[in-house]
Amino acid sequence: MIPIPYTWVLILATVLFGIGAIGVLLRRNAIAIFLSLEIMLNSANLAFAAFALKLAYEGHGAAAAAGQLFVFFIIAVAAAEAAVGLALFIAMFRLKETIDVDRFNILRW
Amino acid sequence: MSLSDFIPFVPEIFLAAAGLGILLAGITLGKKGVRTLIGSGVAALIVTAVLVWVFGRPQGGPQVILGGMLVLDNLAVFFKLIMIAASIIALIMSAGFLERSPYGGGEYTSLVLFATVGMMVMASGANLASLYVGLELMALSVYILVGYFKLEVKSNEAAVKYFVLGALSSGILVYGISLVYGTLGTLDLRGIHQALAGMAKLNWAAGLGIVLVGFGMLFKVAIVPFHVWTPDAYEGAPTPVTAFISVGPKAAAFAMFLRIFLGAFEPNIAAWRTVMWVAAAATMIFANTAALTQNNVKRMLAYSSIAHAGYALMGIVAGTAMGLWSVMLYMLIYTFMNLGAFGFVILLESRGYAGETIQDYAGLAKRHPAAAAGMLVFMLGLAGIPPTAGFMGKLYVFAAAVQAGYVGLTVIAVVMSAVSLFYYFRIVVQMYLHDGEEDEPAELIRDRWVEAMIFVCVAATLFIGVYPGPMVGWARAGISALGLG
Repeated sequence: MIPIPYTWVLILATVLFGIGAIGVLLRRNAIAIFLSLEIMLNSANLAFAAFALKLAYEGHGAAAAAGQLFVFFIIAVAAAEAAVGLALFIAMFRLKETIDVDRFNILRW
Repeated sequence: MSLSDFIPFVPEIFLAAAGLGILLAGITLGKKGVRTLIGSGVAALIVTAVLVWVFGRPQGGPQVILGGMLVLDNLAVFFKLIMIAASIIALIMSAGFLERSPYGGGEYTSLVLFATVGMMVMASGANLASLYVGLELMALSVYILVGYFKLEVKSNEAAVKYFVLGALSSGILVYGISLVYGTLGTLDLRGIHQALAGMAKLNWAAGLGIVLVGFGMLFKVAIVPFHVWTPDAYEGAPTPVTAFISVGPKAAAFAMFLRIFLGAFEPNIAAWRTVMWVAAAATMIFANTAALTQNNVKRMLAYSSIAHAGYALMGIVAGTAMGLWSVMLYMLIYTFMNLGAFGFVILLESRGYAGETIQDYAGLAKRHPAAAAGMLVFMLGLAGIPPTAGFMGKLYVFAAAVQAGYVGLTVIAVVMSAVSLFYYFRIVVQMYLHDGEEDEPAELIRDRWVEAMIFVCVAATLFIGVYPGPMVGWARAGISALGLG
């Protein structure tokens, strides 16, 4: 079996990060925005895994473990963020009966 | 690692446990127990401050604990005590406000405590992993606090906007951290410093990582152009929450900013300094100009707090030891001035959202001379006029910038401070020169706890302004932390 080069994984992570960032800025549906946020966090996860692979190839075992551990931190944070974000969106839907963020426009300068 | 390694971490463990206990107690006590719950939250914070003083102080030089995750140094102690003080004052100010609202106090108090734990970890983080987890603990607690009045559209809208932009910025931050980790091979701040110092030329991936981490940090301290969430979040949040998020999380974000940029990324200061220069100048110009046109006091204070972040950023641009301690001192002074100013907004909020427009302050001097004098002190302080502490804070930051050769930036800051006088004095003019009879101004609420906290803030603002020596000495003790001494 030929191992996947870590650069390929990095390219995938970069593409996902771009998709996520553009999605957050352009989509108007709260759930789609939320999905894009999760894609961004997971692109960072992939990047961490890829860099850990690179460091492991180069023989830095301890440094590789640090990156793999960071992935678990991000997974936990993403779960907490999902709880908070979805709760806020549900509260939003109860008040306005929509999850279109453009309808949230009382506060403006 | 043995159990005794956790002893310096006891303050955070205690505070998190107290937060969980109060969360449970809140369920059984319900709406009746608001004062009990807030009181126990305040007691827990006071105990934590004592624990920080007993266990959390470094013996001798900076002391790395928990396998390099956290560091005990004077910088951490300084910021931790500021944050605990800010949380105590904000919690006490919330008591009456929450009692008048239909919402309970258990979740509120415990969220403030959890946010404080996160801020304490941010102040003492020595590794990008612990800093990131602390940041998220603080940020997620604060999103819920902003949306705490869940049946009010304004509060909910502010929370959704804050959450979306906050999560976007932490996504950018964490991606930046991954690039820094991948190119330098470590998450440890000292390791990053060594790796960067040993690099002859910065490669593009590490450079991009530093830029993305910088974006994340500028967002968290609300610097133009990453400030768009601030006015909305500050205006929509319940006023005691606004008071809290305008000081505690801002001080924590500055602590993290100092640690990452003046600690870890210091070898590349020449590369990122120019960006920070432009950001600081743009922030001071834009925020002070935008504040001029605001008629809502909370929104005006939001723009004012963006401007203050711009002034504090000057210390980071300077990048010297004096720049570092002047930012620390600035955060301490700003905490008391801003909490006091928001205390008055709480007291005037007697009719739903009244007390938020500048006209509500009309004739306050005639009806409540003491209150008007207190507000005058905070307005003078925020504008940076002696003998208040605000003047001392600005003086040291500006001096640090001049010393480092940034005369142009200092000129911009001084000019924009003069501009800020106009909007702070709009409130003063309303209080002293209008009689307010035709405008039906809002009436002050009698709430002796809020009054007591405002008195503490007035005393601190005047005391540090007249006699800054001890605070300056204390802030200066923090600089050894980053090896800048």
